[in-house]
Amino acid sequence: MSEQIPANEPAINRPPVTADVAPPTTSAESGSGQIRIGGLRIQTATLRAYTLVFALALIWIVFHYKTGGTFLRSDNLSNLLLQTAVTGILAVGMLMIIVAGQIDLSVGSVLGLAGAVAAMVQGWGLIPALAAAIIVGLVIGALQGTLVAYANIPAFIVTLGGMLAWGQNGLTLGLMKGTSIRLTLPGFQAIGLSYVAPSIGMGMAILAILFIAWLKLSRNRARRQHNLPVAGMGTTVARIVLPSVLILAFIYVMNLQGGIPISVFIMLIVALVGAFLTQNTTFGRYLYAIGGNPDAARLSGINLRRRLLMTFCIMGALTGVAAIVQNGIQGSATMRAGNNLELNAIAACVIGGTSLMGGRGTVFGAILGALIMQSLDNGMSLLNFDVYIQSIVKGTVLVAAVGIDMLGRRRA
Amino acid sequence: MATANITPLLEMRDIGKSFPGVRALDGVTFDLFAGEFHALVGENGAGKSTLMKVLGGVYPYPHYEGEIHINSKVQRFANVRDAEKAGIAVIFQELSLVKDLSIGENIFLGREPRRFGVIQWSDLYSRAARLLDDLNLKIDPRTPVGNLGIGQQQLVEIAKALSHEARILVLDEPTAALTDTEVETLFGILNKLRARNVGMIYISHKLDEVFRMSDRITVLRDGRTVGTEPTSQLDVARVIARMVGREVGDIFPQADHAHGDVVFEVRNMTVEDPNIRGKLLVDHVSFNVRRGEVLGIAGLMGAGRSDLLMAIFGAHAGRSTGEIFVEGKRAHIARPSDAIRHGIGFVTEDRKRFGLILDQTILNNMTIAGLSRLSGRFFTDTDAEMAVGERSMKELRVKAPSILTVTGTLSGGNQQKVVLAKWLLTNPRVLFLDEPTRGIDVGAKQEIYAQTNRLAREGMALVLVSSELPEVLGLADRVLVLHEGRITGEFRRAEATPEKVMACATGHAKR
Repeated sequence: MSEQIPANEPAINRPPVTADVAPPTTSAESGSGQIRIGGLRIQTATLRAYTLVFALALIWIVFHYKTGGTFLRSDNLSNLLLQTAVTGILAVGMLMIIVAGQIDLSVGSVLGLAGAVAAMVQGWGLIPALAAAIIVGLVIGALQGTLVAYANIPAFIVTLGGMLAWGQNGLTLGLMKGTSIRLTLPGFQAIGLSYVAPSIGMGMAILAILFIAWLKLSRNRARRQHNLPVAGMGTTVARIVLPSVLILAFIYVMNLQGGIPISVFIMLIVALVGAFLTQNTTFGRYLYAIGGNPDAARLSGINLRRRLLMTFCIMGALTGVAAIVQNGIQGSATMRAGNNLELNAIAACVIGGTSLMGGRGTVFGAILGALIMQSLDNGMSLLNFDVYIQSIVKGTVLVAAVGIDMLGRRRA
Repeated sequence: MATANITPLLEMRDIGKSFPGVRALDGVTFDLFAGEFHALVGENGAGKSTLMKVLGGVYPYPHYEGEIHINSKVQRFANVRDAEKAGIAVIFQELSLVKDLSIGENIFLGREPRRFGVIQWSDLYSRAARLLDDLNLKIDPRTPVGNLGIGQQQLVEIAKALSHEARILVLDEPTAALTDTEVETLFGILNKLRARNVGMIYISHKLDEVFRMSDRITVLRDGRTVGTEPTSQLDVARVIARMVGREVGDIFPQADHAHGDVVFEVRNMTVEDPNIRGKLLVDHVSFNVRRGEVLGIAGLMGAGRSDLLMAIFGAHAGRSTGEIFVEGKRAHIARPSDAIRHGIGFVTEDRKRFGLILDQTILNNMTIAGLSRLSGRFFTDTDAEMAVGERSMKELRVKAPSILTVTGTLSGGNQQKVVLAKWLLTNPRVLFLDEPTRGIDVGAKQEIYAQTNRLAREGMALVLVSSELPEVLGLADRVLVLHEGRITGEFRRAEATPEKVMACATGHAKR
């Protein structure tokens, strides 16, 4: 985590951001239930999301106080976001894998390999180099997915083998021979160093707001057509205004200091696409069904093998994207670039309420989970905690998060 | 053979047991003498296994009513261990051996001979060898159980029971998976145990075995004892009459359906057991169903009814061959999605395992099989789904606070309606119903019956598999009877009587 992100981070002087970094994807997770609090009926998934936001806010406030006001300072917050980008991107892919009842332990190794390949082919130009990283991830994802889905080898074993074969003691070592490769392409470096121009950022924010408004209004129209209860005018306005304010605040604060960092922007895009894919497509619905009850899913006509293969391919491609971002942030491809990242991605998902048994979890939760992990890392580093203490604390938080979730579930 | 004057070894008095919505046992009385072979027979769901689970401590005191006496002393088992200590050994249909452990390890599992906490392996194996020898089993007790055939595994279970010095041995369908030679070996051993005064309770659908071996026969029906009589005073026909003897009809809305053309036909369907090479679960079965017809498939547990449907649907693990025709055209079905595309729907047995994603909402469960049609090819349209879902929920009268309620919290009847809704939303031409009313209450059953009739009236072809004979006879226009994977009888509704069907199902049809 913090020790894996080298010191040459380009992030300084960026404005503070609040909880609105999370993409507006609070739609209910598939397979959620409801619980009653007083007269209020709340989707359990929504409740879990609120709990996570609350936990994150609490962590931030405590660190801010303990560090004497350093934690929530602009430069630190941009650091934090930048550090979250790689884990966040991986967590989105990992979420789909885990929801489908699988696991991928090879992610860190594949990231190292994809990053190495991309750096080695810089000479071909920016687009080929970036494509190379994604293709490496995609091909490995397809290979591992095939072994899992069609050869019936458990994902744990396939990807454990992959972790050994591709990683810093495997193919990556063979290619890099123990060295690191500096990025020389300006475009490649920009991914870690540059920002989305403030005007473009604001333009996108306005487009996003218009899109949200259109979405809510057309939803109301659709529900009226289907004779379903329609949200009242006040609720509809609130549902448009609230996310709009958050988006504008986020962009405004970012723009004060130069704009959204490109790597953070990439993470946001990945998270949005991931959230859409899991919540609004048949593919996403099938993932939850496969993880929830594979027998029932199969008998309902879902082609398990094809879906699992697709999921591993997506994970592979996202690992390629994460490798690009990691290279950009570090300014070079290193042997240890992916070290432990698979575990961070899994931990992020789990803290975000994903069940390792499959069938349960959201992209929103996974991103928040990544942010919580990174906040702990960042805050404890600021407080000069020993590295070993940091590790113990993170391990404890991981187990406690699941424990609390289990307690809540039993009561509900 | 026991005589009437000694006190029984075991007496179960007025045993009652309820599950939510179901009265499984109601005032059952049963006794067993030392050295007696007492057969317990009844239709599927009559309560035989439940009764034995009460006896074996699986349903501990006080979760049943009535009393269990052994040698005239009241017994209250808190768990299986207690029952074992009292000398009861139950050998269930699904054997409870650990396949990767050796025979000896299995026999003494949890009770390994120890000295200072160290397992005395030579002691263990020599004792195991003596037990096996006793059963004329010439196998090294170090052999892993997984290497044995089902018949030998069964004998290992018996050896395990003997090692407990069991005085009461319960065998639940012990011969279901055995070859004829293995059956003979088993019966030889059981006779030996009888001579040693072990009392045996023998549950079986195979009436020829029951008549050959037993001293007395008790018939259970709908959770009640119908009667206990010496085997010598009974014959197969009378036992069958007792097993089925009840009024059929009242709760079934009689509806004669007007039949159209053949919509669905199966020719020479054969299914191989995925675990036992060469064993056929379904053996050259052919049938057809017409538009608006309800075809009932009757048969006892293990007759291959579910295997037949699973294989047609492309979901059976074993190899299957045969030809399927939908509306006269050959349909190639390799997987369930093919079957759904050809307009086949399948309300499966065991809704919790095969039918529902229990921690998902009613809506998600209802729409999952027909998702691309109901929602969109790639992108889902929650509102469109909601609209069909709500309609479906009303139509089938699913009782739940909301369509977003998690299905795991529903009652069995409502869960079953959700499964039915799921398949109706795929717009099927042919609908398979496999045990559609198992474990649901009477009210929900009637609603499922009413739906079945409605669907037939609307022109759907239905195939109904049920262990409950009255259900098949009450709903089906035509009844096929399966016995050991083969069709042993076919009746129109007017000709089908419980006795005739049961005779075919037990392989005792008079030819």
